[in-house]
Amino acid sequence: MSPSEEAGRIPGMDDDTTAGAVSTTQVNADRLPAATYAELEQIAARYPQARSGLLPMLHLVQSAEGQVTSRGIEACAEILGISAAEVSGVATFYTMYKRRPVGDYHVGVCTNTLCAIMGGDLIFDRLKDHLDLGNDETTPAEDGRRSITLEHIECNAACDYAPVMTVNWEFMDNMTPESATTLVDDLRSGAEVTSTRGPRLVTWREAERVLAGFPDDLADEGPSAGPASLLGREIARQRGWTAPSVAEAAQAADVKDQGADKAEGETTAGKAGGAPESAETESQAAVAESGADAKHEDNPRNTGEGDA
Amino acid sequence: MSTPIDTLTPVLTDNWGAERSWTLAAYEAQGGYRALHKALAMEPTAVVETVKASNLRGRGGAGFPTGMKWGFIPQDNPNPKYLVVNADESEPGTCKDTPLMMATPHTLVEGVIISAYAIRASHAFIYVRGEILHVIRRLQRAVQEAYLAGHLGADIHGSGYSLELVVHAGAGAYICGEETALLDSLEGRRGQPRLRPPFPAVAGLYASPTVINNVESIASVPSIIDRGAEWFASMGTEKSKGYGIFSLSGHVTNPGQFEAPLGITLRELIELAGGMRQGHELKFWTPGGSSTPLLTAEHLDVPLDFEGVAGVGSMLGTRALQIFDETTCVVRAVLRWTEFYKHESCGKCTPCREGTWWLVQTLAHLEQGQGSESDLDLLDDVCDNILGRSFCALGDGATSPITSSVQHFRDEYLAHLTHGGCPFDREASTVFAREGASA
Repeated sequence: MSPSEEAGRIPGMDDDTTAGAVSTTQVNADRLPAATYAELEQIAARYPQARSGLLPMLHLVQSAEGQVTSRGIEACAEILGISAAEVSGVATFYTMYKRRPVGDYHVGVCTNTLCAIMGGDLIFDRLKDHLDLGNDETTPAEDGRRSITLEHIECNAACDYAPVMTVNWEFMDNMTPESATTLVDDLRSGAEVTSTRGPRLVTWREAERVLAGFPDDLADEGPSAGPASLLGREIARQRGWTAPSVAEAAQAADVKDQGADKAEGETTAGKAGGAPESAETESQAAVAESGADAKHEDNPRNTGEGDA
Repeated sequence: MSTPIDTLTPVLTDNWGAERSWTLAAYEAQGGYRALHKALAMEPTAVVETVKASNLRGRGGAGFPTGMKWGFIPQDNPNPKYLVVNADESEPGTCKDTPLMMATPHTLVEGVIISAYAIRASHAFIYVRGEILHVIRRLQRAVQEAYLAGHLGADIHGSGYSLELVVHAGAGAYICGEETALLDSLEGRRGQPRLRPPFPAVAGLYASPTVINNVESIASVPSIIDRGAEWFASMGTEKSKGYGIFSLSGHVTNPGQFEAPLGITLRELIELAGGMRQGHELKFWTPGGSSTPLLTAEHLDVPLDFEGVAGVGSMLGTRALQIFDETTCVVRAVLRWTEFYKHESCGKCTPCREGTWWLVQTLAHLEQGQGSESDLDLLDDVCDNILGRSFCALGDGATSPITSSVQHFRDEYLAHLTHGGCPFDREASTVFAREGASA
């Protein structure tokens, strides 16, 4: 790809005219540091086919560069033997890859439906006001203060802790507008902040390094689980509920086996209201066809081990 | 029945609260990796047969029988076989795999080793979404510990079986939860679904035979091997065997995770969660994430198994029970989900890419009290042109909240038109709303 003013019009690279653009015009003039390049090669070598390493490689580029840069893209392309346009096409597809500099802390507010309704919309509004930022914008550099990039995010698999925020992809559970503003103030001042279900917060670039597959030794920090995750387990313990023992299960199966000729089905199946066979979906039909279900119902002791 | 099954049956969640539960030592102290030794003493085919006999059905939403999926791997194919764990938990409302991997990553790692052995794979991958950093740390650590203990690597415990396991972080794309898009992503490409056939079992990762299973499916395997198919199948209903994690979120007093036999009802689960939040009543809920049609209070006693939920026109999905009370505007809720699908549509096929865009336009107008009643027909028409006409299930899922909400709450859509905007107070639906606040 020849350096020219046309670079901004290369298909798949047409964002190049925007701020923080990725450009292909500086090939060879500006290479990644050798140590970073070597780590990129190391990632590619983890996989049976090197290109599988591209996603973690781009995470490493972000860690080293603070964003996806043109020289990072060139390095990935060179190592994987594909074009820079192909790498760029991947980098622009995934929302975690940023083509503008990200702050020390990436602050996410879940505004998918459940969190939004539980308060995420109000939290996001409050933070935009408080930080004077729009979505996906970063606070200006200031002496002695850390920078923050604010973004609304999609469901982050923590709905039982709604409204949920993230900082550098660590969980901040059960937030309110007040706790959210305190959080960002603390982050900006450089105070130590700990994830509600995780470790002391590291910077965004340090976090990206972990995503690239270079662990940071913080796995042992934080709890095993939050209170909501443990709720059902706690109730079961209080009420003495457990999964059946193997003996109890066998006994239940015997009873069922003996009654199989007379009964329509097992007791619990009665609750299902007996979906008619004719209404079976494809996968249900597949279950029936598999023979596994029938074999089990006919003879619960036939676990298949004898077939080996 | 002489020994009725308890309402809750913690198996996967049982060790979540143990001291340093994520470590190998804590896991082995609870009997961890016992199933691995048992499996390695079996023929791989016998492991497949045991999982088949358990009737374990995929816990990622579709409910396809896990053992049968394994059985589709053509063992005479000369290419390497691969096992890929779908840990891209992103379906709105779904939050079960994430706490599992954070609290007890070794349950998953042990399941991976046994499952890979069963299909004779020598390479396995855990494709985990990138936005859950601490979970990724715990997985990385667990895999490292498993290598050091000889559970992974060359000639595992002298069995002659070797396995490499890589933890692979994604980069933010809901579509990568779709198994063929996940494979493209794992190959270092944009995550876009592939046309099937060929199915991944025949031509998956690197065009080689590949099994892709959800985290909870794979994590269930050690218990099945350890305690037997019969034990697993003693729980659940006729065609939906075993236990599963039910995730309650939203307007209940105590949201959380509840592990129960398939077939438990929402009424039972809400009671365990301390009821609806004080002074409020159930309005609508999703049984298995936003891609499963909404249900209402009339469905409180539907057995939450594959057949029961399908019987009332929805899907069990990922058992992601998002609960909304009467303070919630269903139009606002559905618009937000639709914006999500539009944002996450990968752009490969026209019905989904263009259709979700138009759905957002139409819904946004309605929500603002603009447009007219005929827009509901327009929504219906657009949905009709997406459902079943898209490349993958993302498009189908995008239509679910719309068609089901218009069916159950048509009057509420119309109220936006007569009111000239949303008649709800969005403050009242928040968790920090003053007690007793109402719409």
